[in-house]
Amino acid sequence: MRCRRCKKPAVVEVRRHNAAFCDSCFQAYVHAQVRKAVDGLGMFSCDERILVAVSGGKDSLALWDILISQGYRVDGLYLGLGVGEYSKRSQRACEAFASERRVNLRVYDTAIEEGYDVPRAAKGPRTPCSVCGLAKRHLFNRLALEGGYDVVATGHNLDDEAAVLLGNVLRWETGYLARQKPVLQSTHPGLARKVKPLYRVAERETAAYAVLRDIDYVVQECPLAVGNTQIELKHALDAIEETSPGTKHAFLFGFLERAAKAFEGEDAVELHACSRCDMPTGGALELCAYCRMRDSLTGSRGPSAEEERL
Amino acid sequence: MRNPDREVEVEGAGRVKDLLAKLGIPASTVLVIRDRALLTREDVLVEGDRVEVRPVISGGSGNS
Repeated sequence: MRCRRCKKPAVVEVRRHNAAFCDSCFQAYVHAQVRKAVDGLGMFSCDERILVAVSGGKDSLALWDILISQGYRVDGLYLGLGVGEYSKRSQRACEAFASERRVNLRVYDTAIEEGYDVPRAAKGPRTPCSVCGLAKRHLFNRLALEGGYDVVATGHNLDDEAAVLLGNVLRWETGYLARQKPVLQSTHPGLARKVKPLYRVAERETAAYAVLRDIDYVVQECPLAVGNTQIELKHALDAIEETSPGTKHAFLFGFLERAAKAFEGEDAVELHACSRCDMPTGGALELCAYCRMRDSLTGSRGPSAEEERL
Repeated sequence: MRNPDREVEVEGAGRVKDLLAKLGIPASTVLVIRDRALLTREDVLVEGDRVEVRPVISGGSGNS
């Protein structure tokens, strides 16, 4: 098998494009896809400060590596969620990455800073992935705003987005479909802009990129995520992709280019400030979902936003 | 690099795609690595080769 560009022996095959690449041409291909995403959708500019949410896995560390290589002002944020040895290993991977490249990493441990961890939280009514997702959405946003960053970047790849899209279509979650975009602009002073620069890069491609760049990422899946819905949806899409390469790409990009407009406004909600953390929240309740969850886990009521200001 | 799962011995040389077929693993869901180098489906394995078949799927939280 030969590289499509330079005809040297190939090391990575990209079946959805009916192509294969050598090491350096593959890295150039991945960088070009990210550039196309960032510049094409105006995700951020060179003078903006970017906070990349890193987990120690292949996608987020590959993204951090790419953005550093492309000269962006980017720091990392690792959330310690207390999932035993898995979290410790993930944190070490992020710290080693940052240390080798001499870039800034902030480690934020929810047990220390917020008074709960995910395994304990998952003993309540929420699943571990639901607790984790809620914590990440809230804390990435809050810590980005507190740190003066312009934008939060996450390592969601093409396969992540296709699986989420399939889940949302199967249940016709029109509100979620309206929000399924590679760029979520800030619509409120309390909401940071959120971007997914890897949405054009398939999961196998981010993994291959990480190997070629010698990034020592954590291969093991989160033990609490095994068998979750998103992984099952990925298996379903992979079964189709195996016999029909390009299906995932066509599904996701068909939605973004032709169908997403139909759902615009479906997520419209009046926002008010959470009386505890001051972050914007929708719905009739005084507290945001994150503060309600944290209160139920810690059994205590934290200071209100007004008390915090005094 | 780590993959904490199992080790298996497969009889007979052949191409990477033959190995994956024997193991029942879709090629689109893994990387096959020999001596820290990535292999394509068409690369040939010889008797005594040790390769890592590394899954690429990860997934977690969130609808949006």
